[in-house]
Amino acid sequence: MINWSPEQPIVSIHNVHKSFGPLEVLKGVSMDIMKGEVICIIGPSGSGKSTLIRCINALNDIQGGSITLEGQEVHDEKLDKLELRKKVGMVFQQYNLFPHKTVLENVMMAPIKVLKESKVEAQKRALELIKKVRLDGKENSYPGELSGGQQQRVAIARSLAMRPDVMLFDEVTAALDPETVKEVLITIQDLAAEGMTCILVTHEMAFAREVADHIYFTDRGVIVEHGSPKEFFDNASDPRTKEFLSQVL
Amino acid sequence: MSSFEEFFIQLAVDFPRWNFIWLYDDLQADRILSGLWVTVKLSLACVSLSVVIGVVGAMLQGSNSSRVRALVQGYIQFFRNTPPLVQLLFFYFALGQFTPTEVGPDGWTEQPLITNVGWAIIALSLFAGAFNVEIFRAGIEAIPYSTREAAESLGMSQRQTFFYVTLPLSLRVSIPALNNNLVNLVKTTTQAYAIAVPELLYESVSVWNDYPSAQNPTMLLLFLAYLTLVGILVFCMNSWEKSMRIPGYGH
Repeated sequence: MINWSPEQPIVSIHNVHKSFGPLEVLKGVSMDIMKGEVICIIGPSGSGKSTLIRCINALNDIQGGSITLEGQEVHDEKLDKLELRKKVGMVFQQYNLFPHKTVLENVMMAPIKVLKESKVEAQKRALELIKKVRLDGKENSYPGELSGGQQQRVAIARSLAMRPDVMLFDEVTAALDPETVKEVLITIQDLAAEGMTCILVTHEMAFAREVADHIYFTDRGVIVEHGSPKEFFDNASDPRTKEFLSQVL
Repeated sequence: MSSFEEFFIQLAVDFPRWNFIWLYDDLQADRILSGLWVTVKLSLACVSLSVVIGVVGAMLQGSNSSRVRALVQGYIQFFRNTPPLVQLLFFYFALGQFTPTEVGPDGWTEQPLITNVGWAIIALSLFAGAFNVEIFRAGIEAIPYSTREAAESLGMSQRQTFFYVTLPLSLRVSIPALNNNLVNLVKTTTQAYAIAVPELLYESVSVWNDYPSAQNPTMLLLFLAYLTLVGILVFCMNSWEKSMRIPGYGH
């Protein structure tokens, strides 16, 4: 039996090592995330940010260390990965919607197939979620008929339909036009305000500063520095962080 | 006798090589029609079964077990790289010896449980199925891995991901190639002639063996019949392709 209470970290990452062949991408990363927190992971390309959050829902395996979700070891071989993924929502850079399904069907599919919800129940909730991401009226459109920002909001609704405890966002605005970035960020901000635990990999510094409870800066597979947004942006101490911030701010 | 029938009887007298016998002789008409009906049933059975084999095979090719993948690969190599006529003869004459028999309706003859029609369906479906596996695999490989990953991150199992996401998307990619293979399959049903399946070619040959004067018209009929059958198949496949078109996707 797993002993976990909400006062303990909902996600606990401890000394995680991950390699792709000879290339070590994560070299001992640790962080604790409390329920309801918003965490932003920033850092240069290739620093292992995306790999790290993909390890949290076991899309990537790890070679060392541990990741627990609500006290459960994620990389336990006996663990049913599908059970784990019900608790963790994930939104990707390229949206990855199901192009042959309408917006409504995209949102309804997993609750019906995975959670075995009734069609009526799933549809009711899907319509609420579509409204929540401000896409009412687009229920019967196909992803190919929507803008990038709209597709990304459908992807968020699709993840939320599984009632996850934690949401992972993997550079979700990186493929968007500048004018549609905002609508996606507002959607995430709404979620955060409702108390959803969110882990974001992002390059949106202004957003991270405003919304994050905690910021982690990664470079070459290690966490170089972390702290509250104020500490991080105003008093960064590590030269690598300073250099990065001087380039992006 | 109607004037239509009289016309063709007279035509056969005036031009002895052009005896359209099945237009005025009910017995010959019945042979052609029953042959046509067997061809239609044979085609429908083989088309459906070979598509099922293709889908299942393509799914098994994505299996985690290397033994299963090797088995599918072996099947493809064998059935794709040997002539369908040899396969038919092998199934009927070689394997046919080992299948159980039952007592026929007359109460005393032993009849094989799997008839020649049964073997034709099995052999031709396996033959075309081997191609279909490769066709569906190509379609599956055209679907970005990230789309499957999205399904899996929603908690969908490998099987659910295959049937609800990968397969429906890959079908759209596969239809043109599938179309070609099924057209070939319908034409290949004529090879069941070799194991005496009473399909259209078999019945046609019987007619012109009995009435050599009917040879030319019957060959003409054969061509027309296959053009029509394949035409119907292609029409259905094209309508299917159109009905699956998704707004804003792939165009």
